[in-house]
Amino acid sequence: MAQGPSDERPEVRSAPEVALVGDGAGPSTPRTAGRARTMRQREQRLALGLIAPGVLIVLALVLLPVVWNIALSFRELRLIELREFSPLTFDFSLENYQEVIGDSDFFELLRTTFIYAVLGTSVSIMLGLWAAMVVQAAFPGRSLVRGLILFPYVVPVVAAALLWRTMLNPQIGILNAWIQSAFNTGNVDFLTSSSFDLQIFGFQLGLPAAFTMIVLFEGWRSFPFAFLFILARLQALPGELYEAAQVDGASAVQSFIHITLPQLRGVFAVLFLLRFIWTFNSFDEVYLLTGGAGGTQVVSVQIFEYLFGRSDIGAASALSIVLAIVLAVLLLLYFRFVPAEESV
Amino acid sequence: MSAPHRHNAEYWFLAVLKWGSIVFFVAITAFPLLYMISLSFKDIAEVLRDPSDFFPSFAELSSLETYRDVLRPADEGGRGFLLLMRNSAAVALATVVITVGAGTLAAYAAARLRFFGKRTINMGMVLVYLFPAIVMAIPLFVAFSAIGLRDSLVGLTIVYLAQTIPVALYMLRSYFVTVPVEIEESALIDGCSRLSVIWRIVLPLAAPALAAVSLYVFMIAWNEFLYALLFLTQSPELWTLSLGLQQLDNQEIPRTVLMAGAVVISLPVILLFFVAERWLVEGLTAGSVKG
Repeated sequence: MAQGPSDERPEVRSAPEVALVGDGAGPSTPRTAGRARTMRQREQRLALGLIAPGVLIVLALVLLPVVWNIALSFRELRLIELREFSPLTFDFSLENYQEVIGDSDFFELLRTTFIYAVLGTSVSIMLGLWAAMVVQAAFPGRSLVRGLILFPYVVPVVAAALLWRTMLNPQIGILNAWIQSAFNTGNVDFLTSSSFDLQIFGFQLGLPAAFTMIVLFEGWRSFPFAFLFILARLQALPGELYEAAQVDGASAVQSFIHITLPQLRGVFAVLFLLRFIWTFNSFDEVYLLTGGAGGTQVVSVQIFEYLFGRSDIGAASALSIVLAIVLAVLLLLYFRFVPAEESV
Repeated sequence: MSAPHRHNAEYWFLAVLKWGSIVFFVAITAFPLLYMISLSFKDIAEVLRDPSDFFPSFAELSSLETYRDVLRPADEGGRGFLLLMRNSAAVALATVVITVGAGTLAAYAAARLRFFGKRTINMGMVLVYLFPAIVMAIPLFVAFSAIGLRDSLVGLTIVYLAQTIPVALYMLRSYFVTVPVEIEESALIDGCSRLSVIWRIVLPLAAPALAAVSLYVFMIAWNEFLYALLFLTQSPELWTLSLGLQQLDNQEIPRTVLMAGAVVISLPVILLFFVAERWLVEGLTAGSVKG
């Protein structure tokens, strides 16, 4: 960087220096301490001024509610009492937690949610990897296919769920029409039956129909997200690796297993983490597709059910705290077992 | 692709796999889209008679009866989607303007300036981004009911801001970090103030990123369902398109009309998306995946 003439005002000269210093810079050097402190104070004030509007909105709408949610979870509060309730009353009752955890279906609920999150995440990452491998190669119409692949991700979730509900509808759905003509069976009610016996080539398969559908729906909705991340990483891989492998006589499958997959480990770890968190909490997909019927009740939908179905704000709040704690424990386990450099 | 003479069987196998895969992905994406559009024009009686015949006839295509039904105001016997569209657009646009404004300033500070608490704020924003919406939903529902913001589009917009500002801050900060600081430095040396540097240099340079973030935020706000359901269910005149469509699904309404509604609600995001796909893709993955 060009040094200014000696008579230049020091604060002007130090501005770019300050800008170049990144996170966690050490204390200012004694030589410029006097001026630099005022510079830094000004910079600090400006930065806080710039960042305040955004951070204050988020703090008021995230941190405050979360803290208050803890207080709510210890209170007996029904939906109809909302009019004459005062926010500053304190109460300490564990009844909500007893109700929520003592529910006979509580562990079933956690199990369903966990399996749903693991399977939904896996389906979305595998489809995303597959799609990224396909689109990375050149073929006519590639950009059209790339655009189409993003459709499940950008379409509003309400429209997507309605579309699936229509396709799977026992009376007018296209899937049932095809199944009936192919297998000559009766109507299949995919979205409400917890078990559906499929006869394929004489084998009897008992499938949890509705649960399979929410997993597939989640995988279909979110694979474009995984696709984008994996494709970006694939395109950043150095071509020399593949050329070297090809010179050494490696086949395409060998290159995939020994070069591509190891290079993608970091992306897989990030994707798994993000998608697992979001799927574990997801409300929209399950609520809109099955409403929790047919063995698809997940925690988020149950929270909503406590809130409006049973008008029990306290229990809904307690279950949401349980959800946050379970998620935090799962994340701690994840970071415990996945090495730090892979989990970003 | 490896040389054909070396692994011949594998080469052919992969070629078949490749085209089979392309067909598979087109089938799982284009077919639902085509089915949604086709069915939205059909006469419900025809579909009930034969569900596998979902292509509309020319007469059905030109009558637009389902679309008229969906868009017509409720007092004229329709579903009033034009009003809902206005609600959705107002909420989504307000969210975009405020988020991008506040997000740009905050992201600039987070990328360029040095201040106490910077790491905490950066980490906090990532955590908020990952934080379950359902955990905030109940206290916000109770608080907004208490202060009278629940059945209002302003209240809904405020809640959306809490979800979109962290995303915008994160995406824009990743972008600002990649922009060279030299131009800003010379402007500062020439006596430009920080704010005018942001206005005259940073914003024009960041135009593609701002477009990407705006689109993404618009998509989040336009598609959002949970908070609309929690806050607005009792005020039909305030429903967003997502909520309106979901509420229709509970009533005895022909599926073809529902599909027309699904097309109406999807069309704006799909169009915006095809116009600006490249920006959005770059914006979405910017900074998250390091090369």
